[in-house]
Amino acid sequence: MIQTKKAPTRAVPTDHLVHGFVYLCIIAMCAFTMFPFIWMFLSSLKPLSEIFGQGILPANPTLDNFGRLFAETPALQALIRSFLIAITATVSSVFFCALGGYGFAKFNFPGRGIMFALMLGTMTIPFAVTLVPLFMMMRNVFHWIDTPYPLIVPGIANAFGIFFMRQYMQSVSDEMLDAARIDGASEIQIFLRLVLPTITPALASLGIIFFMGSWNNFLFPTIILRDPNNATLPVLIASLQGSAGRTPYDLIMAASVVSTIPMLIVFLFLQRFFYAGITAGSVKG
Amino acid sequence: MAARVSVWQRLWRERWGLVFVAPFFILFAVFAIYPIGFSAWLSLHEWNGAPGRELFVGLENFRFAIRDSLFWESMTNVVIIFMLHLPLMMFLALILAVILNQNFLRFQGLWRALIFLPHLTSMVAAGFTFRLILEKESGFANAALQFLGFAGMPWLEDVWWARISVALLLLWAWTGYQMVIFLSALQTIPPELNEAAMMDGANRIQIFWKITVPLLQPVIIFCFTVSLIGTFALYTEPTILTGGGPIHSTATPTMEIFGNAFLNLKYGYAASLSYIYFLIVIVATLVQLRFTNRGEK
Repeated sequence: MIQTKKAPTRAVPTDHLVHGFVYLCIIAMCAFTMFPFIWMFLSSLKPLSEIFGQGILPANPTLDNFGRLFAETPALQALIRSFLIAITATVSSVFFCALGGYGFAKFNFPGRGIMFALMLGTMTIPFAVTLVPLFMMMRNVFHWIDTPYPLIVPGIANAFGIFFMRQYMQSVSDEMLDAARIDGASEIQIFLRLVLPTITPALASLGIIFFMGSWNNFLFPTIILRDPNNATLPVLIASLQGSAGRTPYDLIMAASVVSTIPMLIVFLFLQRFFYAGITAGSVKG
Repeated sequence: MAARVSVWQRLWRERWGLVFVAPFFILFAVFAIYPIGFSAWLSLHEWNGAPGRELFVGLENFRFAIRDSLFWESMTNVVIIFMLHLPLMMFLALILAVILNQNFLRFQGLWRALIFLPHLTSMVAAGFTFRLILEKESGFANAALQFLGFAGMPWLEDVWWARISVALLLLWAWTGYQMVIFLSALQTIPPELNEAAMMDGANRIQIFWKITVPLLQPVIIFCFTVSLIGTFALYTEPTILTGGGPIHSTATPTMEIFGNAFLNLKYGYAASLSYIYFLIVIVATLVQLRFTNRGEK
C-alpha cells in the first residue's frame, strides 16, 4: 500500500482493489437493507408451519395467506380506508400548506412575523404532549372517535408544510404576480392558475412526504380507530397478533406485503420527489 | 422612503395574505396551540376522562412523576438505544454517501434506492418482519448463526439484546435517510477541492476526515438532532418488536405516556409526564447544539 501511494503513475491494481472493496461494501449494505423485504415476501408465500421451519424458499409457494387475509379479516376495507385517508389528507394538507406558505411569503400583513415565529416554535413540541388533549377533543368535543376526520383535519395545520412551502414560494417572481394583477386577475385566480402550476415539483415533494406519513401512521390511528372494522392497514396488522406465542405470522406477513407494495410503487414512479422532499428539510440546517 | 402607512392601511392592502394564512392558522390554533395549553392545565389535575370530573391536585402529579421509576427507566432506555445505533448509523451513512458520490461507481441510482427503501416502509410491517427473523427458536438470524457454528442469541428475550434489536431496526430504517441527506450535501462540494488535496498528497482517508466531514458539519448536526428527537419519541418500533419488554427494558417515554393515559386512564398524570418529557427533550437538544456548535469555532 505504501509503495503504490508513492508510485508516480496511477497504480492500476490498487484502484481495482479499492473499487472491488467499494462494490463489496455497497452490496453488503444492500443485502442488509433488502433482506427483511425478501424475508417478508417469502414468508407471505409459506404456510404457518413452514414459516417456522428451516427452509429459506417456500416449498410450495402459495397465495393462500393472501386469500385468507382478505376473507377472514377486514383487510380489503382497511386497504381502501388507508388509501382514502392518505389521499384526502395529502391533497388537503398540500393545498392549504401551499396557500398558507404563499400568504406568508408574498404578503407583508401586520403580525406576520409573530405568527410565523409561533408556528416555528411549536414545531419542536413532541406529539406525545398533544396526544392526550387531542384525543379528548376528538372524543368529547367533536365526537370523531372511529371516524377518519381526526387523521385528516389536524394534519392540514402542518407547520413543517407551511415552512417548506414558504421557502419555495419565495422563488416565485413578484413581477409575474404584479403583471397578473395589472391584467385584472383576482388574488384567488392568481394563486390557483399561476402560482400552483409553477410550483408543482414542490407540491409533489411535500405530497409524497405527507402520503408516506399518513400511510404508515400508527400511534394516533390506534387511539382513534377503536373498532377493528374501522382500522387502517397498520392498525389492522397490529391487531392481528394474538396472545403471546400465537402470533399468526402467515396473515401478518401477507398484510405487511399488502401495506408495503403501494409505497414501493409510488417510490418507483416518483423517486426524485422523495429525495427532493427529504433533503429540502435539511438544507436550511 | 415612502410615506408611513398605518397598520390598518397595511392590513387592508395585504388582506389577501391574511385570508390565505387563515385556514391554516385557525386549524393550527385549534389542533396545535390549544392542546398544548390544555395539556399544561391537565397536568395539574387528576382526571379519569369523564367530562367535568377533573380534580385540581396542584403539583401532585409532578411530585409523583419524580418518583416514577418506570418513567425514568423509559428515559434511560431511549438514551441507551440512541447510543447503541446513532454513532454506527452516522458513520455508515457518511461512508455510503461518499462512496455513492464516486464517479467510477455504476448503478448509483439503484444502490441509493435499495439503501433508502426501508425508510418508506411501515414500521408495523418492518417490526413484525424483524420479530420473525429474530425469533429465538426458529428465526432466520439464529438459524444462520448456528449454521456458521455460533450460538443463537436471545435477541428479544434478554434486556440488552432487546435494546440492540430495536437499535438494529432503527439502523435499518434510518441509515438510508441520512445517506440521502449527506449525499445531496456532498454534491454541493466542488470536486476541485478533493482534487487539490489529492495533488498535495492527501489520501482518501485524510480527505474524508479533514475535508468532507468538516464541510458536512451543518447537515451532520441536523441529522444528529433529528435522530435525537426521533429516538426520544420512539413508539411504533418497540411496541411491535418487543412490546417494551423484557422487564421494561425497551419501553419508551411515549409508551409510558400512552399507557398511563389510555390503559390506566390517568389522563392528568399522563399530561404531566408529557411535559417532563418535553422539558428533557428541549434540554437535551440545547445541550447537544451547544456542544456541537462549540466544535465549529
